[in-house]
Amino acid sequence: MLANLGFAVLVITLLVSIYGIAAALYGARTRREAWVLSARQAMLLTWPLVTLSALCLVALLVTNHFEVEFVYSVTSRSMPGYLKATALWGGQAGSLLFWSWLMAAFASAAGLRRWDRDREFLPWVVVVALVTLAFFLSLIILFENPFARLWAAPAGETVKAMFAPSGAVLVTPGDGQGLNPLLRHPGMIIHPPMLYLGFVSFVIPYAFGMAALITRRTDDRWIRVTRRWTLVAWLFLSMGLVLGGRWAYDVLGWGGYWGWDPVEIAAFMPWLTGTAFLHSVMIQEKRGMLKHWNMVLVILTYCLVIFGTFLTRSGVLSSVHAFAQSAIGPAFFGFIGLSFAASLALLLSRWNDLRGENQLTSLLSRESLFLLNNLLFVSILVACFWGVIFPLISELFTGQKVTVGPPFYQSTTGPMFAGLLLLMGIAPLAAWGRTAGRSLGRLIIWPLGASLLVPLGLGLSGTHNPAALLGFWLAAFVTSVTLSEFWRGALARRRINKEALPVALWNLAGRNRRRYGGYIIHLGVVLMAIGIIGSEFYQQETQGTLAEGQQITLGKYVMTYDSLAEFNAPDDRLVARAVTTVYRDGQKVAELYPRRDYYYTSQQPMTIPGVYSSLEGDFYVLLVGWEPIGSSGATFKIYLNPLINFLWSGSLVFILGTLVAAWPDRDRTRAAARVPASALVSQSK
Amino acid sequence: MTHHRPSTLPRVALILFILGIGLASVIYSPASPARAQEPTPSDDQVNVVAKQLYCPVCENVPLDVCPTQACAQWRQTIREKLTAGWSEQEIKNYFVEQYGARVLAAPPARGLSLLVYLLPPLAFVVGAYIVYRAVRTWRRAARPMASQPPAAEDDYTRRIEDELQRRE
Repeated sequence: MLANLGFAVLVITLLVSIYGIAAALYGARTRREAWVLSARQAMLLTWPLVTLSALCLVALLVTNHFEVEFVYSVTSRSMPGYLKATALWGGQAGSLLFWSWLMAAFASAAGLRRWDRDREFLPWVVVVALVTLAFFLSLIILFENPFARLWAAPAGETVKAMFAPSGAVLVTPGDGQGLNPLLRHPGMIIHPPMLYLGFVSFVIPYAFGMAALITRRTDDRWIRVTRRWTLVAWLFLSMGLVLGGRWAYDVLGWGGYWGWDPVEIAAFMPWLTGTAFLHSVMIQEKRGMLKHWNMVLVILTYCLVIFGTFLTRSGVLSSVHAFAQSAIGPAFFGFIGLSFAASLALLLSRWNDLRGENQLTSLLSRESLFLLNNLLFVSILVACFWGVIFPLISELFTGQKVTVGPPFYQSTTGPMFAGLLLLMGIAPLAAWGRTAGRSLGRLIIWPLGASLLVPLGLGLSGTHNPAALLGFWLAAFVTSVTLSEFWRGALARRRINKEALPVALWNLAGRNRRRYGGYIIHLGVVLMAIGIIGSEFYQQETQGTLAEGQQITLGKYVMTYDSLAEFNAPDDRLVARAVTTVYRDGQKVAELYPRRDYYYTSQQPMTIPGVYSSLEGDFYVLLVGWEPIGSSGATFKIYLNPLINFLWSGSLVFILGTLVAAWPDRDRTRAAARVPASALVSQSK
Repeated sequence: MTHHRPSTLPRVALILFILGIGLASVIYSPASPARAQEPTPSDDQVNVVAKQLYCPVCENVPLDVCPTQACAQWRQTIREKLTAGWSEQEIKNYFVEQYGARVLAAPPARGLSLLVYLLPPLAFVVGAYIVYRAVRTWRRAARPMASQPPAAEDDYTRRIEDELQRRE
């Protein structure tokens, strides 16, 4: 009953979307406002409809309706209720429905905004949003229906279908297979929604971009409208990536947070173009340049969002043949190809309308440094894209599968990331239009000098890896430049507005949120970079088999193996849990419980580390093996991950910065009257 | 120094002899039970090699941390090969022969796989050239204007434009 309702509502939503697209097209073509408004109503209606359908599925999940194949495949009776509900995105069909639900939510939210100053965009935003939604809904309805049930055909085999095949009877298994154990983790409960939120919200800037192209309104209106959408999308995507890393660190048991896995890269690629976009739109806003390029970036981001979903959802990654077997792969492929070709064709047809209003006057200007920034982001994207698809190309042409793993990505993208850090240090000091070399030099000399102390000090204290020294220097350089920017701005405010320094700092960031939010983001990135450099270059590891009471040493740490117990946990798994004590410089600092869970139903082992965290780094121990009889000996693998907590705390600073940058201005008139801090500074000289 | 020459020859011969014996013993000794008495390689030594390999089943999980039985078997094979005196490279070659190039963390830079390494730097260079060309055209177009506004006025107009854009 519920399954029928959920499915019927989905079909209705698809029809409503198709109606909305048609009404918007007709209304725009004939300039009949009523049709456009009706299309908008259709778009607003999709959200409650998909919500109803998703609620039906959640109800089925929570109430153990195992006759529904999706429920059977991702839940089991022993799972707690909250996991059953979040199993909505624990499998292919459900996650597509969840994707559609978010898409409908964002489309409706966009529909509810005030359209008084850019009315002409409305029908086209409706078209783009609803075409995207309709595509996902048809995938669900045609290929990946989460409401399909299990039937016993007369011949005896079990088939999956929405409606009863002739002569078949409904099958209700006694229990389900349960959620993939890897996904039973708090990180995995919030990581996919964050990522999907990031993915879906990038559709809105794309929709406005296309609307601007179609209507030939080629000023920067579309960019101003979508600035906050883009920032929010970017924030969610960043959080999704960080949470994914944290989940890998906590659950996958290999001592790291980022393995250059194609699935990770799939989410990273739209982030790269999104970040490039966030920077290059500033050039268009300030200087009226790079209009074509911004369109290219938003088109790329949209296509990469769909491509990312496609990569993780079509099975193409395991093999090109798996891709051909499921119908969903070719459908995705076709949709990406079509939307990419159509967007580019549209862009080309409007090429001359988008001519820049300004010219680049100097190589030493903020816009040319932003161009370099974009070049680096796109080059990293090319490396990532190439690394992900190369195994498929190789399989297709030579029949031989290859692995393109971390060594490739580290060597190709490492120097580019270093280049980005360097730009992050220089660009904030360069002015729009033109910067005199001497004034840039005057601004840069002190931060540069201060930052050089860091590698000097590290070198004297025994750090000799040139790449790490370069990395730490860059981190110090960006930090000192960014802090000096805060300092200069606050001093200028104090002089002009006679404010106390802390007040001046607060107002500085508050009155120019985008700029100083951006600087806070940069500081977050620097912290994350420190964490990455520390754990990449200075990770130590060892492995050893210990008898009870024996100890193993790594760095300053000594770990003793105390005991091990094997027991059955209620949720269908066998747990082997070791008790170990960790000493640092002879002092006991922690008792850790690394364990190995074995899930009977899925026959899947999971290695959960024991971690002792400090600012200095993590002591991370894995239980690798043990003697089942008498539990006399156990094998442990230990990692020291120096500075890794800078990565996690940096991501918090990063989020804070994005929130500052995206926070709405309360007082528009005051915001309009303000003078940019850069002008204040130049005035005060 | 000539008077030393007679005494160096036997010494060289002796060294060569010892080396030869050593080499021969390495070459001719099968993985006999007698060798088991030598200290077996430590887990860390095994992991140094395993870290660089990926089994075909557990995609994207390096061999040194993969918890499956099959991968434990592979690590055992590495241990045996190390005990038999194989070098890191020889062991890697062995796995490539057995299971194909996909066991390596990155493909060898040969044939089609050479493209893996060539394309990204090439893309960067081409991109840099495009940016350079674009900047040059822009600057050429801008040159006639460049002489017009003195810097101070430029600042002033920019601020006014800024304000206007804010007000829209």
